[in-house]
Amino acid sequence: RASQQAETERLSRWKKWRRTSSKSLKKALSEVKGLSSYLVLWQRDIHSIEGKFGTGIQSYFSFLRFLVLLNFIIFILMFSFVTLPIIISESGIFNSTAAYISPKNIEDNCTIYEPSGNKGLVYFSAFLKDLFSGTGFLEMTSLFYGYYSVDAVGISIKGYDLPLAYLLTTFAYLALSFLWIIKRSGEGFMQNLVHDADPFQSYCNKVFAGWDFCITDPSAARLKHRSLHYELQMDLQEEKLKQKRAERTMKEKLQIYSLRIFINIIVIAILSGCFYSIYRVTVFSQENSSVSIRNDTGTDSVNLLVQYLPSMVITLANFIGPLIFSFLIRFEDYTPAFEIKLTLMRCVFVRLASIGVLLFSLLSQISDCGTDKCEPCGYNYKLYPCWESDVGQEMYKLMIFDFIVILAVPLFLDYPRMLLVTHCSCKLIQWFGHQEFGISDNVLEIIYGQTICWIGTFFSPLLPAIATIKYFIIFYIKKMVLIHVRRPAARPIRASGSNFFFLLVLLIGLILAFIPLGISIAHIPSSKACGPFRNFTTSWEVIPYKILQFPTGVQQVLFGMASEAFAVPFFMIICIIMFYFIALARAHKQVVEQLREQLV
Amino acid sequence: AYKRFSELLPKEERENACSARVPKSHILTLPELRANPFQHRICHVFSTSETGDDSMSFEDFLDMLSVFSDSATSDVKSHYAFRIFDFNDDGTLDRKDLEQLVNCLTGQGEESRLNNAEMEQLIQNILEESDIDKDGTINLSEFQHVVSRSPDFARCGGLQR
Repeated sequence: RASQQAETERLSRWKKWRRTSSKSLKKALSEVKGLSSYLVLWQRDIHSIEGKFGTGIQSYFSFLRFLVLLNFIIFILMFSFVTLPIIISESGIFNSTAAYISPKNIEDNCTIYEPSGNKGLVYFSAFLKDLFSGTGFLEMTSLFYGYYSVDAVGISIKGYDLPLAYLLTTFAYLALSFLWIIKRSGEGFMQNLVHDADPFQSYCNKVFAGWDFCITDPSAARLKHRSLHYELQMDLQEEKLKQKRAERTMKEKLQIYSLRIFINIIVIAILSGCFYSIYRVTVFSQENSSVSIRNDTGTDSVNLLVQYLPSMVITLANFIGPLIFSFLIRFEDYTPAFEIKLTLMRCVFVRLASIGVLLFSLLSQISDCGTDKCEPCGYNYKLYPCWESDVGQEMYKLMIFDFIVILAVPLFLDYPRMLLVTHCSCKLIQWFGHQEFGISDNVLEIIYGQTICWIGTFFSPLLPAIATIKYFIIFYIKKMVLIHVRRPAARPIRASGSNFFFLLVLLIGLILAFIPLGISIAHIPSSKACGPFRNFTTSWEVIPYKILQFPTGVQQVLFGMASEAFAVPFFMIICIIMFYFIALARAHKQVVEQLREQLV
Repeated sequence: AYKRFSELLPKEERENACSARVPKSHILTLPELRANPFQHRICHVFSTSETGDDSMSFEDFLDMLSVFSDSATSDVKSHYAFRIFDFNDDGTLDRKDLEQLVNCLTGQGEESRLNNAEMEQLIQNILEESDIDKDGTINLSEFQHVVSRSPDFARCGGLQR
């Protein structure tokens, strides 16, 4: 400080003024930065979690925050482009009108659609049933696809093409999610690459950078000590195992490989069993959930149960699957790190594929054209006059049930267990011990919910709003569970790798969501009785129809881009660019190696 | 930051806090240092007291905060980290320093320490990975090289305000 003061006296006035103004500017900027941390959602909460439990668990909560924001933006997108025009046109502000073009050249049978919406007073039990299953009064609200049976909305003079807007908004939110996830995983990917490129750096990394300086709580510090101790021991053990493995005889190798193949076959058998049961249950539920007599609460609740049967089976599979996998993997004799990865991969597969199987069975029911059931309309119009709303209802039910399960598990399983373990000192219960806060299980749970949201938003435009509220509430529930009920896991996940892993699985979920959406939009004929795509064969047809209305020049350009003459050279150029970058990366790696040699 | 420093001083010395020195026991009550296993080393490294009692003046306190803040460069952080880890202050990290470092990390108490065989294996591995001139110790440049490749150091080496 003294030297700085001495220096300032020697400077001229102009430079003095510059220096003081830049100092005050820096101060102001840092104040603004401090204030803006208040504006970021949950900044204080996540900070305190990080201080108490370390960066591994904190990455879970910031992932949750990312999903809340993503869902909120998707909701704003869908609402402003799809729901808002209809609301404006119905209320007549700005001199708006709505045009309903009745479909031409379509058989009358296809357009019969009478949702059993109750007008007027309903019994409370029926109201609850409708709320939970999305039928009844909910079916004709803006929650589901069937509401959007408008073809064009005119606001003052300009016309607004609703079907095109609906389709383009769907593509927009999918593209937005894709780009945002990739951008977020960019940094994590680079770190992972550097990390993997030097696998022999892991010890130094753990010892020199292992202590998390953000921990302020002594009990958390004890936890961190224990986890560091455990991690170091595990790594050393793994190294010893590797040496042992390298010395394995041929006979032992053969034994282990055949055991692994056998266990993999068991795993595949279990998975196919799960998927087949989901398929059968969905078919059963669809066939048996009929309109019930309003007054009879008995059959109503049974009906509700039948409707929720697919969700229950999926949740059961998601619960049992991981248990079985973690039991089986012990026999396969892999390194501990690989064990964790493989179990995780299998759990991811179960969760995401079960949604796929559900949708597949639903869509095959809808396009089941066995005995001339879908003659005039291309889909099973008797059972599903408005099939998009039905799919939307299934997604809605899945989401509600998932939310109920996430609420119920801490309340009915964890809290009593915690009470038992802390107050009762009998040996059996102490052996169970405290429930652990498994980060991967929780992450898979919320990724599962997000995949449902992505698929369901096309069929039910207000679903992102429900998802936003759901994740918002889940944040507080999980925070309470973490602080009061569960303990952080003994096996730590390193922060730098885990972020990238969560985003990677989320990306897999998004890409998996493309498939059923693609089939529904492009392959299955859209329902003729409801929805904005009544006048088109499939939902995708809006776009070619619109393109044909463009001026000829633009049309020719677009057709040229889609033809083979353009696509093949384009693809080849992209491959060449990719190979160039791969070669560049390899060359850089070699330079690094050479420099390293020179240092020694 | 000045506020926090003056809070650590006993009441009668608060007016001339700029020139006062806070004894080590008071510094260790700071929440960020309380749970830190390297608390003694941190105080020792940042303290400029001639009497060797590890007390810190306001400038020392500022130094410490600036090194741990987010805006410190990784050069500065790795330099100070090296000094913190160097338990015997001889300018290099030799086997004894590494042993003490690992013991600090795994916690106090007998059952939380690695046994001798594991410790040997671990120190051997660390030296293999980071000792480039193979002299059995890690000097500052080797340490900085290792730390620059480590993705966790930048994240966990900072105290966020």
